[in-house]
Amino acid sequence: MSSNIKIMWHQGKQYIPDVTTAKVPGIFRGRPVISTVKVNEDMLVDLCPTHAISANPICIDLGKCTFCGECAILFPEKIFFAKDCKLATNQRSRLIVREGEDQPVTLNPNMVRDEIRRIFGRSLKLRQVSAGGDNSCEMELNATNNVNFDMSRFGIDFVASPRHADGLVITGPITANMAEPLERCYNAVPNPKIIILAGTDAISGGIFADSPALNRDFLSRHTIDLYVPGNPVHPLTFINGVLSLLRK
Amino acid sequence: MKDMTIHNNTTIALNDIPKLNYDNFMEGNLGLLSEKPERHCVLYFGCREDELLRLICCLADDETHLIHISSSLVNPSTVLPSFTAQNANFEKFERELHENFGLKYADHPWLKPLRYAYNRLDLSQTVENYPFCQSESEELHEVGVGPIHAGIIEPGHFRFICNGEQIMHLEIQLGYQHRGIEQLFLEKKKLLERTTLAENIAGDTTIGHTTAFVNLWESLCGFTPDRSLSFARTLAQELERIAIHTGDLSGVCTDIGYQLGHSVYGRLRTPIINFMQEWSGNRFGKGLIRAGKINYPFTPELAERLQAILKAYEPDFDEITEMFFHLLSTLSRMEKTGVVSYEKVLEIGTVGMSARMSGLNRDIRTSHPYNLYGSTIVHEPILKHHGDVYSRVQIRKQEIKQSIGYIRTLLENVPEFPKTENPILTAGGDIFVLSLVEGWRGEICHAAITDASGNLIVYKIKDPSHHNWMALAEAVQNNEISDFPICNKSFNLSYSGHDL
Ligand code: SF4
Repeated sequence: MSSNIKIMWHQGKQYIPDVTTAKVPGIFRGRPVISTVKVNEDMLVDLCPTHAISANPICIDLGKCTFCGECAILFPEKIFFAKDCKLATNQRSRLIVREGEDQPVTLNPNMVRDEIRRIFGRSLKLRQVSAGGDNSCEMELNATNNVNFDMSRFGIDFVASPRHADGLVITGPITANMAEPLERCYNAVPNPKIIILAGTDAISGGIFADSPALNRDFLSRHTIDLYVPGNPVHPLTFINGVLSLLRK
Repeated sequence: MKDMTIHNNTTIALNDIPKLNYDNFMEGNLGLLSEKPERHCVLYFGCREDELLRLICCLADDETHLIHISSSLVNPSTVLPSFTAQNANFEKFERELHENFGLKYADHPWLKPLRYAYNRLDLSQTVENYPFCQSESEELHEVGVGPIHAGIIEPGHFRFICNGEQIMHLEIQLGYQHRGIEQLFLEKKKLLERTTLAENIAGDTTIGHTTAFVNLWESLCGFTPDRSLSFARTLAQELERIAIHTGDLSGVCTDIGYQLGHSVYGRLRTPIINFMQEWSGNRFGKGLIRAGKINYPFTPELAERLQAILKAYEPDFDEITEMFFHLLSTLSRMEKTGVVSYEKVLEIGTVGMSARMSGLNRDIRTSHPYNLYGSTIVHEPILKHHGDVYSRVQIRKQEIKQSIGYIRTLLENVPEFPKTENPILTAGGDIFVLSLVEGWRGEICHAAITDASGNLIVYKIKDPSHHNWMALAEAVQNNEISDFPICNKSFNLSYSGHDL
């Protein structure tokens, strides 16, 4: 017993007291900031592996970006990634960052359904479905509840059964082979329910976007309540995203 | 048998791979493997040549460090005798050939769909109607689990046939994660696209798979990486090993219900992956490994940081490990649970940890060295002999300590990182190349074939899980079904790496 206490003592304080202001250590490719400097735009647009960059004006779509950082390495005068980890929003178009704009990514308050804050504001149980996810987003979602991030303190938890859940968190580009199980899982969640897309693969298909092995019809049939970009999503991005959906 | 031998990461002209008639091809390859535990099949695949199919078989010899390559041209509509009937190592490879090309086998014992690839030949076979093995007995019952599991993990279906609480048989059905990666490698022509694909094969093995890809790509283009690139790849691989092994120890503790171990190992993973973040801007190292260059050089400041992190990690790791490995309540859950014997792993042809747990010495770092293995790091594989959960957990414990030692050796001599430009890399024509890497799970194999003008016409990926899933099915036989989670966690196999 005493040695157990010793072990606990030796861990020190591991939890992050305030996740809303915490910073990611070291380099973090968070929200891109695009300057109005003129560069070879064709080259810039062409280099992106997931067609996340478009021209006139130069924009980066965070729903497509894999945060590989290549554009910022080759065009440092044009693009740099701010350490801002709050990237989630409920409106797809708000994931598009334009040149000359240096604004945080925020939710559109008018689009948050009433019942979300009323019913889930203080307790939200989520069922995670990996539909072709490569296990990195899944590991980061697991990490949201480790001793560092401790998402449970906000009443947000992952649960085992869709019957106990208030919504789905989807990772992966949604493979054709997972389309049916995903739909069934969604139907098993009682109403009202929310859908969160976690990670670039889920939001746009990412590098797999044009693969014939996907079936993303599910997304056109249902309303998405939150988009959380990242490859994989950082736990801080996820927790802050969900908090911004639940609380004003 | 007439065959060609190459080393890891060397190229050969496609025409130099001998073409044998199928009988000689089969006899020769099975003969090479017979009674030789140091030899194993790293890749066996098909490549269309007009109306015909060219089968290419690659056998690695761990003692001579050579890879034997041979091929045979067959008509996909003829019925062939299977390798599998004589050697179970080929079971999945032949199922893949059957699924993708319609190759028929007269005596394959288990010719079921493998991953329901979108470009499979028979589209009437769907993931919903997999032909499970069934029992007629009234005494036995079936338990189906998945594809969606209780935790936050990838999808796959497990079908148990049980006698009461006891598992008689487990069949694992995969394919839910199939994203068509091998085909995308051919269709996406840019290097960065392909590198991104490699990074997303299995996110928990980002470094392992991306290293296999870039090593292969550089060989294909005749580019020799300097020491700084090899250094970064070697270091990143050992960091990935420590991070995932630590996380797995936490996972095993969770499944045993040992809360303290779960928390402490879980939090010990954090400084390692956060170091990856500091170095590369991503906790899994996505963005770090690139062919011919590196965007995030390893600086002396990072070296100092890493020394400090390891210094803080070790005493905490040792303390919890001392406790975890001496509690009767944890030991009794791990010892003699989920046993796979040496004979079985040899028969299945497992690789990596899933081979070393039962005394089968398979480790690419020693047998087919690459990057700084075999020079700066002379690797000594860690072997266990019981093949149970405890052996798998012990291997992790010792490999973590070993990797820390390797990292300290690497840090003694950090190379200068020259400012790298985007190198011009052009793939050679009519070439075959194969790249082996020892990821934390085991042997990763990537192979490519180019046409006359250097375009990729085949890209093959084999995750260690390809071989090792069968070992999990073996391990749980005669165990209680309540021990399935801990058995599963102690293997921690990849769904996405298998399904591609
Ligand atoms: S960081 Fe994003 S936008 Fe830039 S090249 Fe990579 S994927 Fe494209």
